Amino acid sequence: MENLFTVTVTVNGRQYERAIEPRLLLSDFLRHELGLTGTHVGCEHGVCGACTILFDGQPVRSCIMLAVQANGHEIQTVENLALDAKPENLHPLQVGFWEAHGLQCGFCTPGFLMTLLPFLEEHPDPSEEEIREAISGNLCRCTGYQNIVDAVKLAAGKMQETQAGPGGAA
Amino acid sequence: MKPPPFEYFAPTTIEEALDLLDEHGWDAKPLAGGQSLIPTLNFRLAQPAVLVDLNNISDLFYVRPGINGSVRIGAMARHSQVERDALIAERVPLVHEAIPLIAHAQIRNRGTFGGSLAHNDPAAELPAVTLALDGRLRVRSLSRERWVPAGEFFLGLFATALEPDELLVEVEVPALPPRSGWAIREMARRPGDFALLGVTAVITLDDENECQAARLVFFSTGGEDPTDARQAAEVLIGEAPTPDVIRATAETAASEDIDPTGDIHASAEYRRHLAKVLACQALEQALERVTTGALY
Repeated sequence: MENLFTVTVTVNGRQYERAIEPRLLLSDFLRHELGLTGTHVGCEHGVCGACTILFDGQPVRSCIMLAVQANGHEIQTVENLALDAKPENLHPLQVGFWEAHGLQCGFCTPGFLMTLLPFLEEHPDPSEEEIREAISGNLCRCTGYQNIVDAVKLAAGKMQETQAGPGGAA
Repeated sequence: MKPPPFEYFAPTTIEEALDLLDEHGWDAKPLAGGQSLIPTLNFRLAQPAVLVDLNNISDLFYVRPGINGSVRIGAMARHSQVERDALIAERVPLVHEAIPLIAHAQIRNRGTFGGSLAHNDPAAELPAVTLALDGRLRVRSLSRERWVPAGEFFLGLFATALEPDELLVEVEVPALPPRSGWAIREMARRPGDFALLGVTAVITLDDENECQAARLVFFSTGGEDPTDARQAAEVLIGEAPTPDVIRATAETAASEDIDPTGDIHASAEYRRHLAKVLACQALEQALERVTTGALY
């Protein structure tokens, strides 16, 4: 039996304390221990980007981090984007994806959104080349990326219009 | 796709980490950024009994000026930190230019300079760059400290001069001499993928515009990289770097210095072709940077 480690992690502004095995991946911690299943698990070896979260404000892949390493750190997941489930309360980034048809099955979308949130804050008016570079670490098997690029352009404009945005993370 | 069980330690000082490595030896594995190690654990390609997590050792995360224009990089400086560091951009611009070629932003936010060198993936950029710039690596164990020149540190596929009780704590990258130029070139199918082949070039000219020093280091050739193309460098050293000489240098590198292998991504023949083309481009750009004085 492995030793359990007690970790305290702030996720989407709320503090959680759990006793966990050190080998537990951060992605599984979010999904199974905290029930935050918005973070998706695709490849589980750091290639597909579906599990991207913000760790202390920076996008990282939660499937190649240990949950125990998040002790004392702050995490944002896709659940933090919209205020609630009402369409009018979606984050402008989500509205951009919706309106430009930036998703089909939606599996990869949480990873794209969490990758793009800090990117658009740093690049409020990105070029297509910058957008393509920014999403190069996220795989999508449905869209062929063109609609995602369009969605990012649309979202960039929307985010500039609503600086504060309705969501908690904006 | 879950890591096997291991004993986990998260020391907050270098000394504590060295104690743990001393105690557990081959059973222990230091955990730096984890961007290679954790996938390896997920696949269960490695099952270390003990993980010594370095992420809480605040003394290892830095970029500092060294003597004579050099830069000292703490082993746990993250790629994204090095990428944005003004001192790196000013003093060792080759490093600055190489970092964005490493994987994606998500990976660079966790991956570390020292971790990349200690892992010595043959497809990685930083071992090649550190070798081309003649960096030195400071290595500590409980009982001793030593500086290892990059040329003696990288020993082959995923192999380095590190003993099981040793930890890489710092890398010193010297400034280039005046009248030097540098470049890095790679071919990858998508931005952020491991390169099909890459090369970095560093050249220094003398007062007569002849090549005084030259370094051409390849990575991702499918062999035991980083590969220091010494025969190619000999073609260039002492010569005026005319287009003919540069072509001959690149051809020598591609035919004599590297021994590419083929895989599903690229045939050996294609890698040899890439080596010649990319070496030419890298040397031309390095030369351009000398003559236009755009170095610093």
